[in-house]
This record gives sequence, C-alpha cells and structure tokens, in this order.
Amino acid sequence: MTNQKVTYNKKTRKLMIHETVTSYLFLLPFLLFFVGFVIYPMFMCLFTSFFDATMGREDIFIGFQNYVTLFNDPIFWKALWNTLIIVVVSVPLTCIFSLWVASVISKMHVAATSAFRCIFYLPVVTGSVAVTMVWKWMFNNYYGIFNYIGTNTGLLEKNINWLGDERFALACIILILLTTSVGQPIVLYVSALDNVDKSLVEAAEVDGATQMQAFWKIKWPQMMPTTLYILVITTINSFQCFALIQLLTSGGPNNSTMTIMYYIYYNAFKLYKYGYGNAMGVILAIIIAVLSAVQFKLGQEK
Amino acid sequence: MKKLIALALALIMVMSLGACTVTNTDSTTATDGKTPVSTDGTGDTTAAAAPVEISLWTYPIGKWGDQATVNELLASFSEAYPNIKVNVEYLTYQDGDDKVNTAIEGNAAPDLIMEGPERLVANWGAKGKMVDLSDLWTDETKADIEANNAAVAAACKWTDGAYYEYPLCMTTHCMAINKTVFEKAGAMQYINAETHTWTTENFLKAVQAVYDAGYENVGAVFCGGQGGDQGTRAIVNNLYSGHFTNEDFSGYTINTPENIQALETLVKQDGINFDPAIVGGDEITLFRNGTLQMAFCWNIGEQLKSENAEAGRTNNGDEIMFMAFPSDDNVPELCGGIWGFGVFNNGDDAKIEAAKTFIKYMCDENPTAAVKASNFFPVKASVKDVYAGETSETVMNEYSKLSGFLGAYYQVIPGWATARTEWWNMLQKVGAGEDIAAAVAAFDTNANAATAG
Amino acid sequence: MTQQNQIQKNAAKTKTYYIISFVLVSIVAIAFAFPLYWIITGAFKTGAEINATTPVWVPSEWVMDNFNRLMSKRTAPLFELTLGKFVIAGPVVPAAIRWLVNTVFMSVSSMLLTCLTAAMAGYVLAKKNFWGRGIVFSLIVCAMALPKQVILIPLLREMSGLHLYDTMWAVIFPIVGWPFGVFLLKQFAEGIPTEMVEACRIDGASEWRTFTDVMFPMIKPGVGACAIFTFINSWNDYFMQLIMLTSNKNLTISLGIATMQAENSTDFGLLMAGSALAAVPIIIVFLIFQKYFTKGITMGAVKG
Repeated sequence: MTNQKVTYNKKTRKLMIHETVTSYLFLLPFLLFFVGFVIYPMFMCLFTSFFDATMGREDIFIGFQNYVTLFNDPIFWKALWNTLIIVVVSVPLTCIFSLWVASVISKMHVAATSAFRCIFYLPVVTGSVAVTMVWKWMFNNYYGIFNYIGTNTGLLEKNINWLGDERFALACIILILLTTSVGQPIVLYVSALDNVDKSLVEAAEVDGATQMQAFWKIKWPQMMPTTLYILVITTINSFQCFALIQLLTSGGPNNSTMTIMYYIYYNAFKLYKYGYGNAMGVILAIIIAVLSAVQFKLGQEK
Repeated sequence: MKKLIALALALIMVMSLGACTVTNTDSTTATDGKTPVSTDGTGDTTAAAAPVEISLWTYPIGKWGDQATVNELLASFSEAYPNIKVNVEYLTYQDGDDKVNTAIEGNAAPDLIMEGPERLVANWGAKGKMVDLSDLWTDETKADIEANNAAVAAACKWTDGAYYEYPLCMTTHCMAINKTVFEKAGAMQYINAETHTWTTENFLKAVQAVYDAGYENVGAVFCGGQGGDQGTRAIVNNLYSGHFTNEDFSGYTINTPENIQALETLVKQDGINFDPAIVGGDEITLFRNGTLQMAFCWNIGEQLKSENAEAGRTNNGDEIMFMAFPSDDNVPELCGGIWGFGVFNNGDDAKIEAAKTFIKYMCDENPTAAVKASNFFPVKASVKDVYAGETSETVMNEYSKLSGFLGAYYQVIPGWATARTEWWNMLQKVGAGEDIAAAVAAFDTNANAATAG
Repeated sequence: MTQQNQIQKNAAKTKTYYIISFVLVSIVAIAFAFPLYWIITGAFKTGAEINATTPVWVPSEWVMDNFNRLMSKRTAPLFELTLGKFVIAGPVVPAAIRWLVNTVFMSVSSMLLTCLTAAMAGYVLAKKNFWGRGIVFSLIVCAMALPKQVILIPLLREMSGLHLYDTMWAVIFPIVGWPFGVFLLKQFAEGIPTEMVEACRIDGASEWRTFTDVMFPMIKPGVGACAIFTFINSWNDYFMQLIMLTSNKNLTISLGIATMQAENSTDFGLLMAGSALAAVPIIIVFLIFQKYFTKGITMGAVKG
C-alpha cells in the first residue's frame, strides 16, 4: 500500500517536472517580453518611488517621503477621484449602450446589421489623434457644432464652453471615450444575441411574456459570459484613457479632468519629479491589480 | 499559413538587424565612441579626415521648422565644412519639450538644439545638461550684441556664470487687433497708430466699444496650457505695471496689488473671457477666422504669415495691426524672444567641437541667411539689412518700433517650468470665478517654492 | 381571449419600441460616422474653409493642397537596411510614406510576435498543470489593465540602456509584453476539449507537434481576434510612440503629422489629410477581417 503510494508520488512528481519544464519552454518567449518590459519596469517603478529622482543629478533615497507627500496632495486625490469616476461611469454606460444598440441592430437584415456594426466600429479604427481633433472642434466654444446646433435650434441659450467649463469637461471626455470604446462590445453583443437559444424565447412569448421580460429572464443570463468579458476590456480601456486628456484639456480646467495617468506624465515630464511620479504609479498599479483580481474572481464564480 | 508566418518572422529578424544597427550609426549618445559612417550614400564625408555627424533639433522658429529652408542652410554649411554632417529633427511647441526631456532621460539628447534661454539656459542648462559656450562669447561678440540690446547677454547666462545659449535672432512678443473691426466699432480713437501703443484706460474703452458694437468675443485670456503664455503674462503685468519676477530674477512677484488689480479688471471687462479650452495657438486661429477681435499671442512671425490669406490679413481680409500691450503709464514692457543654439553635453568632444563650428558658422560667419530664415531680427548690431529688398521689409521696419519696449528677460528664473504650469492653473481658477487673491497667493507659494529646488 | 389581446398588445408595443429605437440608433450612427466624414472631407478643404466659423458641410471646391503639403514638406528614405558598415537606403520619398511604412511595420510585427507568444503561453496556461502556474496567471491578470504611464519612466531608462530608444522595437516590445493576448487565448484554449490534446499525446506526438498540429488550428479564430486586436491597438498607441520615437525617419504616421505643425497654430488641413491617409489601411484591414474578427472574439468571450 505505502509502496504503491510512493511510486505513484514519484511518478506524478516526475510527470510534474516534465510538465513544468515543457510549460516554461512554451511560456519562455512571452515571459521574456512580459518580465522584460512589464514586470521589470514595474519593479523599478516601485524601487524609484523611494527616491527623490529628477533630471541631472543622482537619486537621493528618501524612504516613504514621496508617499507622504502624495497623500497630502489634493490634486492627487482629485485625479484619483476623476479616474474612478471615468471608470465607474463609462464601464456600465458602455455595456448598457452597446447592449441596446446590439439588441436593435441584431433584429435587422444581415446586411444592415453588418453596416451598422461597421459604423460603430469606425471610431476605434480611425486613430485617436485625428478623431480627438475633430471632437475638439465639435466642442469648440465659439463655433463648434454642438453650440451651432444647440443655439440654432434654441436648445441652448448661449454658447457653452464645453471643454473649458469645470461642470462639463469630464462629461465630454467620458462621452468621447464612450464613442471610441463601444465598437467591440457591440460586435460581441450582436453575436451573443444570435447565439441565444431561440426556442426558449419563443416559448416564453407564447406564454405571454413581453419582449422585455423575455430579454431579461432568458437572454440576459445566457449572455453573462460576454458581459463579463466586456466589463474586463472596457475597464482596461477606461484606465488607458490618456491621449484624449493630453490633446483636449491637459487635465484642466482647474484639474477637473486630471487623471492619475496624466498626473504621472505631468509630474514626470513637465516637473521632472520622477520619484514622485513613480510613487503615484505604484498606487495606481495596486488599485488596478486589486480591481482586476476582484473582477476576475467574480467572473470565475459566475 | 505557416510558411507565411515563418517568412514574416524572418523578415522581422532582418529588419531588426537593420533597425538595431541604424541606432548605432545614428546614435546621438556616442557612448560607443565609434565614428559613424555616412548614411546618405554619397561617400564624400567618409573620405574626409575625421568626419563627424551631429544632430540638430529645432523648434519651429520661423522657417527653421521647414525642411526646404533648413536644407539650403545646411547645404551652404557643408560646403564650408564638408566633414561635418548635420542631421536635423523638427520639434513642435506642443510636444517638443516632452520629446527633449524623454530623449535626455533616454540618453539620446541631440548635440545641438535651437530655442530660447528659458529652455536652453534656465531648464536644461540649469540641470547641467548643456555645454558652457563661454568661448564663443568673445569680447567682440559681447560688444556687438550689447550695442543692439543690453539684456540679451544676461539672458543667455546662467547663475553659475556659464553661457548655455549663443543667440542668433530676437523679437518682441506683442498683441494684435483686427483693425477693420476696430474701425467699424469706432475704437481706433483709443489707439496711437503711430507708435502702436495704448494706455490701459484706452484699451478698456476700446474693448468696450468693440463689445458694444456687437462683437461678443473681443479677446480671450487663454489658459488651457502653457502654449503662448507670454501673451497672458504680458497683458496681466502691463495693465497696471506689475511684474512677473523681481529684478534679480530670484523670486516671483505676481502677488502684488498691481497684478491682482489687472486680473480683476480683466475678469470684469465685457468681451474678455478666460478660456481654459484653448492655448495661444488656438487663440491665433480664432483671431484669424474672425471669432476674436484681438490676440494676446502675436509677434512678427505671425504678422508675416500668409497661409490662408495675405500676410497681415485675417481669413476674410480684415486688416491686422500689431500693438504693444496696454500699460497705465504708457510705457509697455514687452516680453522678448531670443532664439539661438545650445549644445548638449553628450560626452563626445569631437561632436561638441563640431556643434560649436556649426554655431559659429550660422551666427558669426554667415548670419544673414540664418536670421532671415527665422523671420526675426538679428541679435547683433553688426548684422544689418537682413530683409533689404524683401517684401517684408516695410513691415519689419515698422515692427522694429516695438523693440524699444523690450522688457527684462525674466524667463531664466529658477523653477520656471513649475511657474509656467502654475500660471495657467491660476488663470483657470480665476476664470472659474474663484477668489483672485487666494488664487494668486497659491501661485506665489508654489512658484516661489520651486525657485529653491 | 385576454391572452390573445395581451399578445396583440405586446406586439404593438414592441413594434413602436423598435421603430423608435431604429430611429435613435440611426441618429447615433450618424454621430459615430461623422468624425471620419469630417476628416475625409476636411482633407480636401481649403484652409479658410476648415477654420470657418460656420460649418462647411461639403467642401465648395475639392483641393489637393493638403495632400501636396503632406507629401512635399518632409522627405525620408523609404527604408534603410544596415549590414555592418554598409547602409542600403531606399529611394527618397515623402516622409509621410515612410511613416506609413513604419506604422505598418510596427503594427504587423507587434501582431505577429504577440500572436505567436500569446498562443504558446495561452495553450500551456489552459491545458497544462505545472508549478507556478497560479502565480504566472495572477501576474497576468493583475498586469492586464496596467496603463503604460505607470511604467513609463523605468521603461524609458531601460530602452535607452538597451540602445532601443528611438527604434520601432521600443514601441513593439512593450506591446508584445502586454499580457492581454495571453489572457484572451488562454480563455479560448480552455474551450478546446482536453481529450483532443491527450489523444494526440498518446499517439506519441511531441509537445511542439501537439501545439502546431492540434492546438493551433483549433484556436485559430482566437488567434485571429488577438491579431486584429493587437494590430488596432498598436496602430493607435499614440502614447508609446510619442515617448519612444524621435527621429524623422522613425516616426509613425500620427506622430509624424503632429511634428509637421507650425509654431502657434495647428494646420488642420494637414492633420486631416494625414489622418485620412492613415485611416485607409486600417479600415481596409477591418473590413477584410471583419468576419474572422467577430467570430474569433465572440467564441473566445462566450466560452470564457
């Protein structure tokens, strides 16, 4: 009995070693890049965050000073708050909006569905810089298209300086972010709706269920995996929102669109506070890691 | 499919080989100390003794941002010095600073750079990245430049006594008005068209007159970023003769009753908006297309531009008139722009020497063409009649009237980068209706804290 | 009777709902297509019309000025291959062409490298049980949403240390290292029945053969999705390009257009012309691979 167990253990152990070696050989090319250009810089980021690092002189070790300064920096808190707002608002909004569009266009003729799908994907493929410049013009205070249409139709009393007004700037950013991120979710939801078990829906309709009821009771649960996947990619996307802010507002007016990503960049390359920027990066990385882990755990449970 | 991928991968490998070695030959770091070979295939330079290849980065200073013009200048230079090859890269004011900063951090700073003292001296020079150019500043040169303007030499010199810039050209920054609209609104009576000056009182009356004539947006205090911010500084400082810094450039003096009064006046004045959605460049676009009736960000280069309309005209043909900033004592102090060259210390003496040779050629041996390319005025008194016979000659002569109002070149104060960002942040606060005294006080604290470190 | 009524009522309600929705979706679709329309028409407008204070919906005359400027302002060799001391430089062409070549090269290289490394890694993470698997996978999940700004400064120092600064590789490598592709393909590979892999192993095929002959064909749709995703992402990755690339001949198209701006003013015509030029290849890629894309990404997601 014991003898058998030992051989069994030995065998699994041997197998395990073999599996581990082959697995790492397969992983090697990826790990090379991953460790080299993500993990190592991340580690250096953590390391430098304990230094007063700037251009033109040796770094000075200052312990946790950067973090202390950081927690007393009102702009940091503002930036953190804005970043969270962007994520918390744009992620569900993207999901709901794309689900709605998908539910409408999936009912159409195949060609129409395909055409609409393409149109909604256009902002994703046309490149951020050019599209952003067009948006900047559309939001222009003096002759932008929103003010032009707004005042001509009487919806607006007078021109609104969309990007120059603390009340609207962040909302504008979120709106543009939305247009550049719904493309893929729509594509996904259209396919997911196609794959829903049709007989169940028909049965429910015969039983007198409204479209709404049929949707929420039958289709929605079936699309859960798609939704979770969309949540993951839109969260990633929202955190990456940088070019928009750099090209449109530089974090203004009055820091109302300042995000952590931009504040890191701002500290590093405008004010040369490398150590400080890195400390901020560490905090953001921790937040994101925790969020991703939670999101993934939830996904696994479902 | 597999073959296709294999082929593509092989191709990448070959290209990678290419890409990596290209870095070496073009490397501006020069850490390997290898003598680079010519990449243009002519082979001339490789034959000459000890050929040197240097890189020059230029900001768009007039036509120094235009490849065709710069190539002409370089052609004449390489005729004179055939064994120095200059590779040019063009920067923009939008992201140029970020690029230079990342390049410095990436050990790939250029050998030569063309810009003004606030970057070359107060920023990269102060951080120990630049080469001291004192040997170029001979007594003769000093006298020549001083004969033209006394402030230039001081601006190119850092507090450690080293010269980090060798200047080529200069101008004064001013503002501009839409003369046609001002005439229509009857606002020209407040302007001394002869000297291009006006008092604060008349300025306010003129703005009011244009506003009352139905022009809702007369001027914009742009504060979306640092682009063109010399204009907003100048308007605030001049209105009641305040100053941005103290006289020895060691501290910021925005927190004074004069400057606060100026901000209050601008906030109150009809027709002037604080606009955090635009920067200087946007303001000029708005001015040119007739949305705004005055621009605070202007200089001779703008006056001479003729992309969408004749030079000196807006897009719809209105006449543009350049003006000094309004001042209560009628003695405006205009911000100057001094452009020239600086040399980054990349640790290779041969390159530093080559860079200095280039500077000497452009600024001392053959300055007329180099200055003309900039569309600005020469810094040296001995360089005369640069624009003689050009279409721009009359405008240039007229514009030189403003040269007398050139104020102190305070941009070389320590902590300048911080102060600039604090400045537009402060204007945003003021524009959003926050308490002006508090916003100014916050600027004062943050900016002056930066002078120390 | 009541049930019949109910169904009719429901049907009527549904119909109105769809008509309203259709109209709304169409309006939104117009808004989505508008930026591209504006870029393309803007590329053919005169400077005055682009900066006009009332929108010019259709150019009054179609001019090529913007393209001419784009093509004439800067030049660069089409390609450069360096072998030791010898430099083979291509013919001198407008820099915009070189920038397009660079951008395509960058996107295609990132795409190929990412797909290859991610497929291999995704396969073992899904199908193999080995020591450290949990740690590797957790790292991947945690790093997935990490914005590049966080590691910006160290990455920059690293690239300069490796002499990769101002080369395409400085942009490509971090994209390949970004673990989203692995995550995607791992989810995808999990949907492939384990028996298939095991059957192949019992037949005595090597690990590599199992991967190339069994696994890879099965996860092909996923790889396709990963390919397009990486291609579009790297094409649009303005930030890394901005930080890592400086020389004229190494720029990407969006970066190149940005450097052609004059002092104190934005040349919108040039920007539009360049962007229109840059948008064409990527839209073509999307249109060609659209089906593949939709299929691949959906299968991956639904299975995940």
